[in-house]
Amino acid sequence: MANRSNEPLLWALFSGGGVAAAFLIPILFFLYGLAFPLGWLQPPDYERTLDLVRHPLARLALFLLCFLSLFHWAHRFRFTLYDGLQIKHLDPVINLFCYGGAVTGTVAAAYLLWTLP
Amino acid sequence: MKPSTAYRQYHPKWHRTRVSTLWWSRKWSYLKFMLRELSSVFVAFYVVILLLQLHALRGGPEAYLEFQQWLENPLLVILNGIGFLFVLFHAVTWFNLAPKAMVVRLRGRRLPDVLVAAPNYAAWLAVSALIVFLLLREG
Repeated sequence: MANRSNEPLLWALFSGGGVAAAFLIPILFFLYGLAFPLGWLQPPDYERTLDLVRHPLARLALFLLCFLSLFHWAHRFRFTLYDGLQIKHLDPVINLFCYGGAVTGTVAAAYLLWTLP
Repeated sequence: MKPSTAYRQYHPKWHRTRVSTLWWSRKWSYLKFMLRELSSVFVAFYVVILLLQLHALRGGPEAYLEFQQWLENPLLVILNGIGFLFVLFHAVTWFNLAPKAMVVRLRGRRLPDVLVAAPNYAAWLAVSALIVFLLLREG
């Protein structure tokens, strides 16, 4: 038991995040990153956005999106650093940065979504 | 960690060819692999924008307006444009993986890759359309 690897769990989070990110991020990124700032489309105002995000299903979806996408990033970026830069010997630092960052972001997402006015 | 020399006395030294750090830049397929892996950086980048948006929403109408104006910064728009292309690349490569990860057989014959990937694309389109509808419909 002591030697049980947590790789399968990390791999599951990676692939779950891959799905969540593939389905949801392109359109959201397009709207909020390009279409709204450049005035191609009219964004929903404050009240309306808050109404949408406050819905329990929206909160759940956004939480899962943040949680899974961040762990997707952590896992993939970790191996990008290993393979791309050949710095596997920096393992502890990379793990702390990647998974630590993912945990921090997930906690922040939970807090923000929970305490929405 | 220093490997003990005594331990290796009768052991042949491992032969490993040194691989250049920029090994992935020499061939298009390797570069594509690296770009695909790097798409994850922009996935995380978008999540950060989303977290900032939620933070602004909690801060009230003025904070939210400030957030929207911040998004209009030309440098950020360029970065977001690049990010959008990367997440698009992530989505397409991810959906195209489905037929490779899961072989579907029908009456003993393997279903063509296109037919396995197609439902993913259809669902993607539906989800994107739903988000556009929710965000753009009039009050």
